[in-house]
Amino acid sequence: MNFPIYMDNASTTRTDPRVVEAMLPYFTEIYGNSASRNHAFGWAAEAGIDRAREQAASLIGAGPKEIVWTSGSTESNNLAIKGAAQMYAKAPMGEKSRGHIITCIIEHKAVLDPCKRLEREGFDVTYLEPGSDGIVTADLIRAAMRDDTILVTIMWANNEIGTINDIRSIGAVCREHGAVFHTDATQWVGKMPTDVERDNVDLMSWSSHKIYGPGGVGALYVRRRRPRVRLQAQIDGGGHERGMRSGTLNVSGIVGFGAACEICENEMESEGERLLALRLKLENGLKGLMDVVEVNGHSERRLPHLTNISFGFVEGESLMMGIKDIACSSGSACTSASLEPSYVLKGLGLGDELAHSSLRLSLGRWSTEEEVDFAINSIHQAVEHLRVLSPLFDLHNEGIDITKIVWQSH
Amino acid sequence: MAYSEKVIDHYQNPRNVGSFGASNEVKERKDVGVGIVGAPECGDVMQLQIKVGDDGVIEDAKFKCFGCGSAIASSSLATEWIKGKSVDEALKIKNTRIVEELSLPPVKIHCSVLAEDSIRTAIEDYKRKNGKLDEADTGHAHAH
Ligand SMILES: Cc1ncc(COP(=O)(O)O)c(C=O)c1O
Ligand code: FES
Repeated sequence: MNFPIYMDNASTTRTDPRVVEAMLPYFTEIYGNSASRNHAFGWAAEAGIDRAREQAASLIGAGPKEIVWTSGSTESNNLAIKGAAQMYAKAPMGEKSRGHIITCIIEHKAVLDPCKRLEREGFDVTYLEPGSDGIVTADLIRAAMRDDTILVTIMWANNEIGTINDIRSIGAVCREHGAVFHTDATQWVGKMPTDVERDNVDLMSWSSHKIYGPGGVGALYVRRRRPRVRLQAQIDGGGHERGMRSGTLNVSGIVGFGAACEICENEMESEGERLLALRLKLENGLKGLMDVVEVNGHSERRLPHLTNISFGFVEGESLMMGIKDIACSSGSACTSASLEPSYVLKGLGLGDELAHSSLRLSLGRWSTEEEVDFAINSIHQAVEHLRVLSPLFDLHNEGIDITKIVWQSH
Repeated sequence: MAYSEKVIDHYQNPRNVGSFGASNEVKERKDVGVGIVGAPECGDVMQLQIKVGDDGVIEDAKFKCFGCGSAIASSSLATEWIKGKSVDEALKIKNTRIVEELSLPPVKIHCSVLAEDSIRTAIEDYKRKNGKLDEADTGHAHAH
């Protein structure tokens, strides 16, 4: 085993060496600008881009012309959300009541912040609260629909807790109401089977660095038929990507992204099964060794490789200190610049103590059973060490409900 | 975030962990003062108990902490510093000295404030139980 062990694959992934291999010629041999139509360097680069477009489209059941290259999911989300809102606005800039948008409070900031900006620009936004299991249902969407709803944006799988929404049903509701449907599928695509036709998706974001491709590359799927979805460009310039996203393409990065998509498509099934077995081993191992260990979010409708676990009475940052051989993330406030605990966990209605006590462990292509065993053992030791120190654990052992205590503050 | 060696040492080998009995028992004991404080910034909780002799000297101190590594280190250090001091001397310990000793970065200053507050609250509890609390003792000021 090599230390530290990487269990933060929901954050980013190691680039697959096969992807790097595919990219290499595009730095020093095929280095043309894919928009150069007048010479062989440009044509060769364009052929690489075309191939990648097919690989990306194939992974999601789309046509190659429906793929718009971006710099990653943040940009794809911005283009989809702002671009659709501005295109389908009910009133011009400067006026109020420009249209209604539906999203959810546990979306990624790259969805929430564009929505907030649109609110300032005269759009109405409904921020739905998921159930305590983290799931946004089609019924919730249906109940929030208004005559002026122009856009719904709901993530496919949540990046902190790994819960999966029923995108096909949500898409069907949007279609019924004539609202454009965008999904941030950053944590989903490449890991789970995706078919934008069957799943009723109009716009979909995903990112290369989450699926073993290089960083700084992403894609937005933009539906071209039944119905055709149009977007207001957010980056203007040379008119690349059919005017939706100007800028010379990152050829080597896109070629790598394409290769990563193809590998995911071929290996998804066996990889998913393997990772699910490892994740269950991890969760069951930890739950078997200690009391008050809760897996956050719906127990079955979740990604195979990601788990978010609260260890009662133990604070997340100090827990991370105790498992320094494992690279993972915490829902605890103290690990980030802000001291607020994770808004996603609080969005599920979790109390501050449990939100503070969580670890997100995300497995990946190179995770091994040996690493999972090591993680179980090391987390167990750290939790035990910290529970000895924890005043909350004492109160719990004395039978006092800590959620009912009002702390004296200063 | 990188932790100082002293923070790591207190985290790995915390000094004076524990309590002088269950919470309802220590409530009754006049020689024990209990301070439980929470940091509104981050929800962390620190508990400090002091055992005071007839001469007003802190004979023993125990802590428990639900908090970040810096909070654990601050409270562990606080127990070391107050043992053997009179309650009035212990009240003079300022969070800034803890910050210096542990090399805490600015976002972790409130963790040291928590330790200072827990000392003060424990001493107030002790004084209240013994009818020694006067108004002047309850005012306080931190250097944040
Ligand atoms: C659900 C979700 N959306 C968006 C993003 C942002 O992706 P990128 O880093 O590609 O901009 C992430 C990754 O952090 C994510 O997990
Ligand atoms: S006590 Fe709040 S971050 Fe340390």
